[in-house]
Amino acid sequence: MAPSYVPLSYYLLLSGFLFACGVVGFLIKRNIITIFMSIELMLNGVNLSFVAFAAHWHALAGQVFVFFVMVVAAAEAAVGLAIIIAVYRTRETLNVDQVNLLKL
Amino acid sequence: MHLILFLAFGAVCVGGAVNLLAQRHPINSALSLIAVMAALAGEYLLLGAEFVAAVQVIVYAGAIMVLFIFVIMLLNAGEEEQTNGSRVAILLGVPGMLTGSVLVAWVVLRHSGTEAVPIGALPGPPKEIAQLLFHDFLLPFEVTSVLILIAIMGAVVLASKPERAEGKAD
Amino acid sequence: MSVGVFILVSVIKSVIVLVVLLTAVAYTVWLERKVVGHMQNRWGPTRVGPFGLLQPAADGIKFLFKEDLTPPHVYKPLFLAAPMMALIFALTSISVIPFGNSITIGGVDIPLQITDVNIGLLLILGVTSMGVYGVALAGWSSNNKYSLLGGLRASAQMISYEIALGLSLVGVLIQSGSFSLREIVDAQGGHFWGFIPRWNIFHGQFLGFFIYLMAAYAETNRIPFDLPEAETELVAGYHTEYSSMKFAMFFMAEYANMITVACVATLLFFGGWHGPLFGPPLLQALLPVFWFGARIFCFLFLYIWVRGTLPRFRYDQLMAFGWKFLLPLAIANLVATAIAVAW
Repeated sequence: MAPSYVPLSYYLLLSGFLFACGVVGFLIKRNIITIFMSIELMLNGVNLSFVAFAAHWHALAGQVFVFFVMVVAAAEAAVGLAIIIAVYRTRETLNVDQVNLLKL
Repeated sequence: MHLILFLAFGAVCVGGAVNLLAQRHPINSALSLIAVMAALAGEYLLLGAEFVAAVQVIVYAGAIMVLFIFVIMLLNAGEEEQTNGSRVAILLGVPGMLTGSVLVAWVVLRHSGTEAVPIGALPGPPKEIAQLLFHDFLLPFEVTSVLILIAIMGAVVLASKPERAEGKAD
Repeated sequence: MSVGVFILVSVIKSVIVLVVLLTAVAYTVWLERKVVGHMQNRWGPTRVGPFGLLQPAADGIKFLFKEDLTPPHVYKPLFLAAPMMALIFALTSISVIPFGNSITIGGVDIPLQITDVNIGLLLILGVTSMGVYGVALAGWSSNNKYSLLGGLRASAQMISYEIALGLSLVGVLIQSGSFSLREIVDAQGGHFWGFIPRWNIFHGQFLGFFIYLMAAYAETNRIPFDLPEAETELVAGYHTEYSSMKFAMFFMAEYANMITVACVATLLFFGGWHGPLFGPPLLQALLPVFWFGARIFCFLFLYIWVRGTLPRFRYDQLMAFGWKFLLPLAIANLVATAIAVAW
């Protein structure tokens, strides 16, 4: 395969932008599901820099880390969405501002 | 050619990420996140990581996001409400994002520059990845398998109804 | 091969494959109506053309000229996008499926496949796993309780059975040591003891094939797993609100998915295009395609046969079957194959 002539910094910029978007989404969104999606966006941004560095340094370990990130993301999504369902069942809202009491 | 493809996929990524923030309805946000993930798979292909790209589509876009959409449909999540908290969050969050992006861009450009350092595409054949995953990283691999088992059990416990336990994970 | 020739050949191949696929979809519908009709002591379509052979054309014309209704209460952007997504993902996955050896025309060696990628099988799995969005979003955007139930059922069912489906294929991958569909097929040439073909199903993957078959029925929403569109409970499930060409798109997507599933089963378990070759060179070049098509026909017939025979599962039975029976069985098959290969 021909080498890629895209500078590494471009990939890092894209990755950083995705991560920043994730952070902002986490901060400005009030819907708990969207907040979760922002976290996934951050993880994706980090994954991109992992793969870019793996290609840059010719080290496959970077790609293996991506798998671990994906596994953790899957575990997090399963537990997180279960928590969301449990919260919705007791409070009937998805707005994080209204989930402000430890007890009902 | 690589640069054109990079820019095309990158534009989809950026557009999707911004759209995720701009949309009020969670299902639209979820769809834009799926677009971001699919475009990222394209970027991985450009970097020669075809196995990662396939797993990205199968696991992220095909399974995790389906779970999100499932929950959005199940809970019938509506449009996001505007509260005082959310206005404050937008006022603080958007400038915060701009500062953060500029900071990251500055650091990246300062330390690596924009000159075309060619990335030698690294072919990531599944065999070599498997060698790393099941040999060099065997312990982390086993630990993550335990983690996901715990996560499954936690999800079942959390999502099952208190009265009668139903054995459905999602 | 120069770039120009490459592009020309690729375009021609894509057009041919698309035309053949869509024709096959149309005639699978005809076959289904005919076969199910005979199983139920009816004739099936007989009026349009000999044996009702022109029925698909008549159906197509009818779909095109029907009024395209968009109910007022739907969420329009997704309502319009959902059938397109379903059809696009269903048609994309055919692009990596090889259907024969390469043939040489005018000194140009043309592999009978739109594109050969190293991770062909993973690509098919990825694209089919995206196919669920069409169904789920159609159910959600219709804003109708039956559609929503259908969409919910479809998404839960498809994630559940995807795991068993993927694991049942891993056994074959371990045996052949490649993700490339062409290499998997090449590994299945030859015979055991001179007469039993060296297909994977006779090579220890008998169980794997049946897990694949059952999971594939669930993935394509066919009887006995057609819960998402169960017409006796949910009117028509996720496509209740669809009419005209938009409904036809869902229909085409379902049948195209059936054909893809049959192709994958043929390639992975039944030796792809291997078969006896004889006759002049032209016949020898085309016979593999014929053998491939014949196996796909058998699979489609099996699909229809099952539809004419079995009743529908209940939803809790479906989930229990997938998680408590099929998944452990798939893991057991995987472990057994791995041990056998390592031996």
